[in-house]
Amino acid sequence: MATAAHKHPNYMAIFWWLAILTVVELAVVFAPFTKMMIGVLLCALALAKAALVAAYFMHLKFETKTLTWIALTPLTIAILLIFVLMPDGFAVLKKTAGDGAAVSAPAKH
Amino acid sequence: MSQAATHAAAVEPAETPLTPESWGKLGMWVFLAGDAVGFGVLLAGYGIMRATSSDWPNPYQVLGINLTAAMTFLLICSSVTMVKALEWLSRGDRRRAIHFLLFTALGGMIFVSLQAYEWTHLIHRGLHINGNPWGASLFGTTFFLVTGFHGLHVTAGVIYLVSMVRWVLNRPDPAASYNAVEICGLYWHFVDLVWIMVFTFLYLL
Repeated sequence: MATAAHKHPNYMAIFWWLAILTVVELAVVFAPFTKMMIGVLLCALALAKAALVAAYFMHLKFETKTLTWIALTPLTIAILLIFVLMPDGFAVLKKTAGDGAAVSAPAKH
Repeated sequence: MSQAATHAAAVEPAETPLTPESWGKLGMWVFLAGDAVGFGVLLAGYGIMRATSSDWPNPYQVLGINLTAAMTFLLICSSVTMVKALEWLSRGDRRRAIHFLLFTALGGMIFVSLQAYEWTHLIHRGLHINGNPWGASLFGTTFFLVTGFHGLHVTAGVIYLVSMVRWVLNRPDPAASYNAVEICGLYWHFVDLVWIMVFTFLYLL
């Protein structure tokens, strides 16, 4: 019965936070910010919403720390993966830029 | 006899400070972590392909976000009905718990239906898995792969939720089904969490 004795947080408050953050996300898309700024804001908002769901709906806040570590592992792997893929990305970009230069080069001569 | 007793004790999992309150819950978390790696790989791959593409279509213009914003809201609502089901179960009200489980499953069913409607609409407009009229063909590939993988998770979740209704019905004591329903809830909230990411990266960015 230890689990049933869990305190249930105010779920409606979390619901309103999630709804408000979703509206903010939609507002950010239309806001007159730079593309970079919009990207950073959207990522931060998405992570904030994910953290709210994990901490309250999935009770991570009230569990042992072990589960939080398990939950954070995939996030770490995904972020590492982006860095692992970067060399490939840069190689593609360099090749595309090179092709562009090769096409425009004859026009200069 | 004492030998048998020692043997039985040896197979029992030893109690350590790391022994979880519920093995099932730990198991679900480990599964979700693995599943999250799957989604993480898909999204990271999507990100790098999009970043290096010179003719990636503008997702907002092609996909539209009115319907998907409504779908996001629907999934958040279904997460709330899920936690409500668990709350009623902890208060010993099986009937209300079952109602809220069914509301949650209904939310999932509507979500999948809307996704089917959205896919049909986009396919008619020319968005295919191997090409589209707006630019990079990988746009369609990644879109159908990621939203399809998530849609399968929602479908599995609906089946899981309906089977949980049976589980609760078969157990007169509400406390006996609490743990299983909580574990099912973990899966359902995870599907919601993944959609938050998919919605942001595929539709909004």
